[in-house]
Amino acid sequence: MKVINGLKYSKDHEWVKVEGNRAIIGITDYAQDSLGDIVFIDLPEVGRTVRAGDAVAVVESVKAASDVYSPVSGTVIEVNTSLEASPELINQDPYENWILVLEMSDPGELGSLMDAEGYERFCEEEA
Amino acid sequence: MKKTPLYEKHVSLGAKMMEFGGWMMPLQYTGILQEHEAVRQRAGLFDVSHMGEVMIKGRGATEFIQKLITNDISGMREFQILYSPMCYPDGGTVDDLLVYKFDAQHYLLVVNAANIEEDVEWIESHKPHDVEVEDLSEQYAQLALQGPKSQKVLQRIVDVPLDKIKFFRFVDGVNIAGVSALISRTGYTGEDGFEIYIPADGACKVWDTIVDAGAEFHVMPAGLGARDTLRLEAALPLYGHELSPDISPLEAGLDRFVKLDKPDFIGREALIEQKGSGISRKLVGLEMVDRGIPRQGYEVQVEGRSIGYVTSGSFSPTLKKNIALALIDVRYAAQGSQVDVIVRNRALKAEVVKIPFYAKQYKK
Repeated sequence: MKVINGLKYSKDHEWVKVEGNRAIIGITDYAQDSLGDIVFIDLPEVGRTVRAGDAVAVVESVKAASDVYSPVSGTVIEVNTSLEASPELINQDPYENWILVLEMSDPGELGSLMDAEGYERFCEEEA
Repeated sequence: MKKTPLYEKHVSLGAKMMEFGGWMMPLQYTGILQEHEAVRQRAGLFDVSHMGEVMIKGRGATEFIQKLITNDISGMREFQILYSPMCYPDGGTVDDLLVYKFDAQHYLLVVNAANIEEDVEWIESHKPHDVEVEDLSEQYAQLALQGPKSQKVLQRIVDVPLDKIKFFRFVDGVNIAGVSALISRTGYTGEDGFEIYIPADGACKVWDTIVDAGAEFHVMPAGLGARDTLRLEAALPLYGHELSPDISPLEAGLDRFVKLDKPDFIGREALIEQKGSGISRKLVGLEMVDRGIPRQGYEVQVEGRSIGYVTSGSFSPTLKKNIALALIDVRYAAQGSQVDVIVRNRALKAEVVKIPFYAKQYKK
């Protein structure tokens, strides 16, 4: 299972890359692996405001639909529309293929997320 | 949780395991899409040892089975197989099963894993004195080799001419690597293929032998995930989805397996009544027009009014479309009819289409 240093991680298996006030969000390698072949993605509308913990997107594997929860609060400023035509990109590289970008309203929330090492331990305990 | 004799094999192959009908079964090995394609293009090997096998023996066996099931076994030949629903008196479905006929006093019923106990109890409770019922589920392992290359692969390891085994026929006592097997030309994928019944302790040996024989054809182990998408494309019903105590075989569109002219069977009166007054809901195929995947339990609506629900739905790996089977009000069941499927509180457009979604490639 691949985990990348420098990213923040949630217990729901999302990753966050912080660039100033922007939070780039995707799902982790662990998440894509447990989902299996991803065949569909439902992206949020740009401009939507979300709170930490809200379901902000849906990824569906052949077998089931799974919510993507926003690890932080903010406003959706960008979505990765290339995933609509090719959702399998998430399986191929879950860290390269981000899902959405939020303008954070409370960057302090980042403090409650895990770093790479903490997330790795968390996954080992879940397994 | 029950395990098949191949459990360790699946784990060592890196399968993702899941619970199904009280059993720990492989959901997938490399991925559902790859395994699905392997079966459509070449062949896939499934462990379906969770299926139940119930032997019916005795002088009254034929008459007894005639009473239990909706299809008619009177014209069956020896070593023939028949598919049939089995109903409650109210027409609801106890299970759907395969009847293997050895002779007029000896049959094997192959039933769904999740229903083994209920079925055996149901069958026992109706059993006359001149019939013997034995649950052999624990003693049998079952493999399914499915796909256009199945016969080529299997022929490499058996002496009997497989070409002679027609669709829904079987042979018993076939030697596979020293294990005695019952082989039938049956399956649950919409492809040509075989189901192979062997003693539980021979399962690993036979599995390995088939895998080796299939290597040059790139035969893959396939899990229940692919089995489900394959059977959905072929519109084969799955108990608990398209059939249940609440859904009659007529509603599920299985009319040709319900012989109402047969003198007597459990559920006959209720089903005659249903047929006479006309069923109010019917199983149809849906193809999504809007973006979205229909899933079991999603509501189907017309103009904001509920007209039924999705019984099975998925992305179709072969057709690259999102499809579903749905039980809906007959008034909207005609092909081309436009309906909405409610996906996460949004009404998404879908169209009623012909089933099966994928034309079955059986060898007749």
